Amino acid sequence: MSAGRRDPRGGSGQPGRPRHETEAKLRTSCLIAPDELVPEATALLASGYRVASIAAHDDGHAMRVVYVFTAGPPDRRVELQVRLDAARPSVPSLAAVSFPASRFEREMHDLFGIEPTGHPMPRPLVLHQHWPEQWHPMRRDAGPMPAMRSDAGPYPFVQVEGPGVYEIPVGPVHAGLIEPGHFRFSVVGETILSMKARLWFVHRGIERLFEGRVVDEGVELAERVSGDTAIGHTLAYCLAVEDALRIDMPEASARLRALLLELERIYNHVGDIGSLCNDVGYGLAQARALVLRERLLCLNEAVTGHRLLRGAIQPGATAVHRLPTAGELSEIGDRFEELVELATSNTVVMDRFRGTAVLAGADAAGIGTLGVVARASGLGLDARVAHPIPGLDEHCLVACEESGDVMARMWVRAAEVRESLRLVAELGGRATALDLTEARPAVLGGSGLGIVEGFRGSIVHRVEVDAEGRLTRCKVVDPSFLNWPALAVALHDTIVPDFPLVNKSFGLSYAGNDL
Amino acid sequence: MTAMPGAVGLEMRVAASTVQVVAVVVGGPLLLGLMAKVRARAEGRIGAPVHQVLVDLRKLARKERVRAEHASGVHAAAPIVLVAAAAVAVAMAPLVTTTPVLGHSADVFVVVYLLLMGTVALALAGLDPGTAFGGMGASRAMTIGAIAEPALLVALLALSLQARTSNLPAIVAATLAHPAWTASPERLLALVALVVVVLAETGRIPVDNPTTHLELTMIHEAMVLEYAGPELGLVTLGGAMRLGLLFGLVANLFFPWGIAAPASPMALLVGLVVLAGKAAAIAVAVALVEVSTAKLRLFRVPELLAGGFVLAVLAVVTGLVTR
Repeated sequence: MSAGRRDPRGGSGQPGRPRHETEAKLRTSCLIAPDELVPEATALLASGYRVASIAAHDDGHAMRVVYVFTAGPPDRRVELQVRLDAARPSVPSLAAVSFPASRFEREMHDLFGIEPTGHPMPRPLVLHQHWPEQWHPMRRDAGPMPAMRSDAGPYPFVQVEGPGVYEIPVGPVHAGLIEPGHFRFSVVGETILSMKARLWFVHRGIERLFEGRVVDEGVELAERVSGDTAIGHTLAYCLAVEDALRIDMPEASARLRALLLELERIYNHVGDIGSLCNDVGYGLAQARALVLRERLLCLNEAVTGHRLLRGAIQPGATAVHRLPTAGELSEIGDRFEELVELATSNTVVMDRFRGTAVLAGADAAGIGTLGVVARASGLGLDARVAHPIPGLDEHCLVACEESGDVMARMWVRAAEVRESLRLVAELGGRATALDLTEARPAVLGGSGLGIVEGFRGSIVHRVEVDAEGRLTRCKVVDPSFLNWPALAVALHDTIVPDFPLVNKSFGLSYAGNDL
Repeated sequence: MTAMPGAVGLEMRVAASTVQVVAVVVGGPLLLGLMAKVRARAEGRIGAPVHQVLVDLRKLARKERVRAEHASGVHAAAPIVLVAAAAVAVAMAPLVTTTPVLGHSADVFVVVYLLLMGTVALALAGLDPGTAFGGMGASRAMTIGAIAEPALLVALLALSLQARTSNLPAIVAATLAHPAWTASPERLLALVALVVVVLAETGRIPVDNPTTHLELTMIHEAMVLEYAGPELGLVTLGGAMRLGLLFGLVANLFFPWGIAAPASPMALLVGLVVLAGKAAAIAVAVALVEVSTAKLRLFRVPELLAGGFVLAVLAVVTGLVTR
């Protein structure tokens, strides 16, 4: 992919190393034959890489699949590209060596019609059964959507049979203001034998919407991939675009962006801790958390002009109105400690959290979980350490718990809020400017990868930009896509009335998963 | 079995019972509203007005009747049975006066089983439409009821042993005659046991969360999810009446002063005001407990109720030993 690129720095006059060296250090990309894929991938996985993204591309004359493997620290990114026959596209399945890969392959099968040969469960994943068959919406020549099928039978849920086993269907429409998802529980008494989550009710085709936009117009989409992760997704998108267009952002900009990312983490974690208390009926802590969350949203508005932090980050630019003051941060810190004290001093709350829905470390690793869920099960994965924002020299501590229960997921969040507050104070204190825009290089086109630790976990965006500066592909990976399967595993032997609490402790995005 | 204090005319008894039923029909929803208000204030919110539940009931009564598709007559009859049973129990219980109509029949067992009748009717109604939630709620309600009812009976038995009668108005009247009883060990043990049972019977935190929107965690609400409109109104009213009755009973059994004994127009008025004050005090206390604790894990609820049962048994044993 690097072939044909010229030095993009042109007249920007930035001092520093030649860009292609940096890129070589960060990301290597090689085109391989389909039959080399499995051994190459196996070798990468064995040396500590994870499958960060698998994205198909319809180049018109041919299909192409880009496998992104990442590891860190130190930051390592490897891309394997496989070209396929457009007429009968198929790739050897990686399902035997990577569970996350098996999910990406099913997604790719639905959206592009690429056959993963040897996949143990090649069922549709993204598109529900009443979508038209053999119509793949991400193909260039997909055309207008045919009518939905009316003859599609019900979804083949696994039927658990035995004396006293019954099913509880919940959703996709729920009583609260939550996103749509259908959950099918097979239950004996109150104990969950199995749970099947049926998602993709809010599939918006957002990756397709990116295509053809100039890179600046992609921001408004990135901000809306998952409304609560505006900074996480926008930053990942902008880093990918800047990687593709060879825009070098100065350290001051990286600091501002890291600060915004932590502000997003703080308000979401505070909200989640409150919701955890609410789900065990502890209204007092929920009320306190909501007050604190509102305080944080007001701070967000003061800093960026938007309560959900939209509009602060653009490709090649970062701008805020002002920075949080030390006084504000210490006041928020005090109120947060009061909230945590209120929640954790209640023995009933602690009893509900402790030992509930344990996700073992081995399961968390095998499923490929990320973020809070992974760290609560003892996996020290954090993109802030593994893939720091280019130019950022600020280090953060990774909060880790071993027990893998609801309690651990709450403690991880609490520890992260404290660390985030420290980081915001530190980064804000070192800020030199509030509005930073880098000159765009004249030469456009290329591919780029952006990895960001959002509040849920590692977000990956991979973009390809044509010579006119228009996006030809943007692959979005929200950590929820990889974490959802872990919920069903953690629920084994949990009781039905604990499900909302467990679900909240995972805190996954439906929109970010469904795309 | 018992000597009703004083000779009170039938008209006065009927009037007294009517006052009781009206007081609980209006007062039960007000207690719910008061508890919601206290909760809201404790959480730093303004909250809905205290009479909100009454407004909601009026709204529900005017709504169209919507029936679940597969529901039978059981589903339609249950709200009526619930409200009727609660009304009869209220009419004969010693709330405003110790001399209600049918007061001589207001045996501990009669009142407890009238309440149980409503519970069973709702559980059947939960099963009737054949939805997963109804069955789940009914199963949970019966599990809790199976432990709560014995604890309630045994706690009341402790009072009966002391007063040597199982007639509720007579127990209250006897307590009035022997004020020292209210501080006796068996009374205090029975009080704690009763409070635990009342929390379970009225579906309050830490047993059930009446304000939750999480279907999977519901007990009472899961049973009545298929109700809408006027029938939902009846179910809500029935629940509010049970709450009013239980709070009133707890108040009068352990702190009977102010009750009209025997009933006369002036005494009824005083009794009504005092009952409202006592029930409101209990409601505020319960709401404050609710706001400062969380809902127990479902499998811990039987432990809590078993604790209540043990306290009730201890109350009986203490009563027998110290007699």
